[in-house]
Amino acid sequence: MKKANWLLLVLVLALSMFLAACSGGDDSDTGSDGGDDGGDGGEESSGDSEQVLNLMESAEIPTMDASMATDAVAFQWLGSTTDGLYRLGLDAQPEPAIAEDHEVSEDGLNWTFNLREDATWSNGDPVTANDFVYAWQRAVDPDTGSEYGPYMLGGVIDNATEIADGETPVEELGVEATDDYTLEVTLEKPTPYFESMTAFGTFLPLNQAFVEEAGEDYALEADTLLSNGPFMFTEWNQGEGWTLEKNEDYWDADNVQLEQINVSVVKETSSGVNLYNSGEVDRTGLTAEFVDEYRSSEEFRVEEEPTLFYLKMNQENEILSNVNARKAIQMVIDRQSMVDTILNNGSVPGVGDIPHNFTSHPETEEDFREINGDLVETNKEEAQELWSTAKEELGIEEAEIGYLGGDTETSKNLDAYLKAQLEELEGLTVNVQAVPFQERLDRDTAMDYDLQNSGWGPDYIDPNTFLNMWVTDGANNKTGYSSEEYDSLIEEANDELALEPVERYENFLEAEKILIQDDAVIAPLYQRATAYLWSSSVKDVGVNPMGADFNYKYAYKE
Amino acid sequence: MARYITQRLVYLVITMFLIATFTFFLMKFLPGTPLSAADRLSEEQQAIVLAKYGLDDPVPVQYFNYMVNLVQGDLGISFQFDNREVTTIILDRIGPSLQIGFQAMIVGTILGMLLGLVSAIYHNGFLDYGSTFTAVLGQSIPSFVFAGILQYFVGVKLGWFPVALWGTWEHTVMPTISLAIFPLAIAARFMRTEMLEVMGSDYITTARAKGVNKFGVVFKHGVRNALIPLVTVLGPLAIGLMTGTLVIENIFAVPGIGEQFVKSINTNDFPIIMGTTLFFAFFFILIVLVIDLLYGVIDPRIRLAEGE
Repeated sequence: MKKANWLLLVLVLALSMFLAACSGGDDSDTGSDGGDDGGDGGEESSGDSEQVLNLMESAEIPTMDASMATDAVAFQWLGSTTDGLYRLGLDAQPEPAIAEDHEVSEDGLNWTFNLREDATWSNGDPVTANDFVYAWQRAVDPDTGSEYGPYMLGGVIDNATEIADGETPVEELGVEATDDYTLEVTLEKPTPYFESMTAFGTFLPLNQAFVEEAGEDYALEADTLLSNGPFMFTEWNQGEGWTLEKNEDYWDADNVQLEQINVSVVKETSSGVNLYNSGEVDRTGLTAEFVDEYRSSEEFRVEEEPTLFYLKMNQENEILSNVNARKAIQMVIDRQSMVDTILNNGSVPGVGDIPHNFTSHPETEEDFREINGDLVETNKEEAQELWSTAKEELGIEEAEIGYLGGDTETSKNLDAYLKAQLEELEGLTVNVQAVPFQERLDRDTAMDYDLQNSGWGPDYIDPNTFLNMWVTDGANNKTGYSSEEYDSLIEEANDELALEPVERYENFLEAEKILIQDDAVIAPLYQRATAYLWSSSVKDVGVNPMGADFNYKYAYKE
Repeated sequence: MARYITQRLVYLVITMFLIATFTFFLMKFLPGTPLSAADRLSEEQQAIVLAKYGLDDPVPVQYFNYMVNLVQGDLGISFQFDNREVTTIILDRIGPSLQIGFQAMIVGTILGMLLGLVSAIYHNGFLDYGSTFTAVLGQSIPSFVFAGILQYFVGVKLGWFPVALWGTWEHTVMPTISLAIFPLAIAARFMRTEMLEVMGSDYITTARAKGVNKFGVVFKHGVRNALIPLVTVLGPLAIGLMTGTLVIENIFAVPGIGEQFVKSINTNDFPIIMGTTLFFAFFFILIVLVIDLLYGVIDPRIRLAEGE
């Protein structure tokens, strides 16, 4: 009896061990042939001197379906495997890809793209104009459930919004294949930045036959994916990573030097740094605490992004409805010490509503930021004076305002810093509320906030992507700001001046001044940058302001 | 015995049903939508996409639909990973988590028991102090700190094991050790205390008086009795490991389920929230059941079946 019980105990333990073993084997056939895998690992790292790039991403790829993609990781790998009409080159300017060139009608509404005839999908099918028609129709089709489809195409391609709203059949979309290699696009209104848009993920072509045959499995595994770009997926393990290899049938394969890109999902920066230091990866991102340690390293690099962060000020709040109060808030914040001490990752102080190095004047080629200069400055004394004026105008002595911030570690530090800065204004109390991102969005939509730490990244390379949102009742305005002068400048830029690049640009310059300087709608905080360690043997990786963050097409290893 | 197990399984189903119901309604209180580009879409556009996923139905209707599918074993389709089935995601990701969890549990408790045993046998001796110190250290150092130290020194500096990532059994070594530290400390402490108590009781003195040698007494009479309280803490410990894996998985880049659970809540990925919650709940109940059965094996006094 006693013996039997002990036996049972041993049995249970053995069973749990067996469970442990089989669960491991289940997942990635690691348990059974561990030795072999070890060999593989060795091969990979010894292949470093060859054209193999080892990278990390901090998140999995949510989807490789171009119509469904919404985030940076998805757009990155869509961009590495798929060519659109145009793609962004090393200088981040659009260069011909599937389109050889295009003509624009005089009214700017009809774009005719002439496609190259030597581009093929990785299953051998030619890339034709129909692939674009299908992809764009699919993106706005309400049955697809795409988020970026209606967002990116709506208001640009003729009928896109009506189709997305289910009022018009998808066939009415302003895109047509006149023959296999000619694509006719009808725009809703002249859109000068349309060329750069065609490089964006949502506008990438899809092979209709392949997508429909794969059905619900499309883009879920490496073998239900198709590529027409520099690289193609050969392996994809959810949660773990993926492998891309050079697409030998790519139309421009001669200019692609990398043979393989291995990507592992690594979420912790410290783990990334350790992997980098042990030579297993060629690049790692650095968070603030690591920057000081590596700043002097030759492999240290800072990549500026065109993403802006700012304080949104709800003008439905009595205090914030006062322009002097808003100006005082703009002026009291010391941005330089904020980016130096809190962020410490190469981010630069925000001084307007258009980032540095984002767009340049069509004639003089001068950067937007250079022309308009710093529209906000830090001046604590003037801030106090403006604040006193505001208090007088409002007839108050003390003020209390809410502050909606994020719940991540960095944003908490940042929000604490800003609270201290703002409270330098005499008699001002700031109540910080740290909420999850989703809740912040909800409260933004409901305009249920006073001050809000918010940010915006561009969807296309044009000042409009930043400035258009502040027009009266703009979907993302949500500050209660409404200025006829501002509205008319933006409307004019997108309408009458659409084909007059210089005047149009002047309008944007003027509009930004009104927005930031005169009306103090937002208080710019910083323009984000990311600090990296990059293996010095890696050359010619392009950095893009939108879509795929990095361009590996021309990259090579020395 | 069979009757008891059947009864417990019925309870399991009822509990799962209640958990599913509560989670479903609680989840609907989460702010925001499952849309990933909600900040870019107008409210009308959002409504159209939400309707496509049946999220415009009244919550009770959504609940009914979900439960009907659940009974048929269909956990639905993830929102953050378009078109990917929740069941597939969980099955894909659970392997690594279970593997390091079980390994840590086994390594931790066995080593911990040995350590506790040594302490008890050499009570107040050098070995006792040494292992008590180890146990206190193991319990007070958070596993992520330990994991970080391990990763840097053993991984980067010594190069004995892979720094992170997944693939071979070598990759599981450091996550397992990091995770095993806590159960090791707990097991050692319990084992030591219990052994000391047991060894002081009358029946041990009797056994000794009858001429059983010291080690015979320790292993035949002592350990078995000391195990009972230890088994009690094993359950909660195993549950603790499930949450502990989250941090360890992140540090060693293990493609496990822990992180998915948290992320699904942050992104309002309703089907994954439900799927992982139910899965963890099921696992929890199962562990409790196994522990209850183990009691009977170890201690005849708490044998559960009536007629045996």
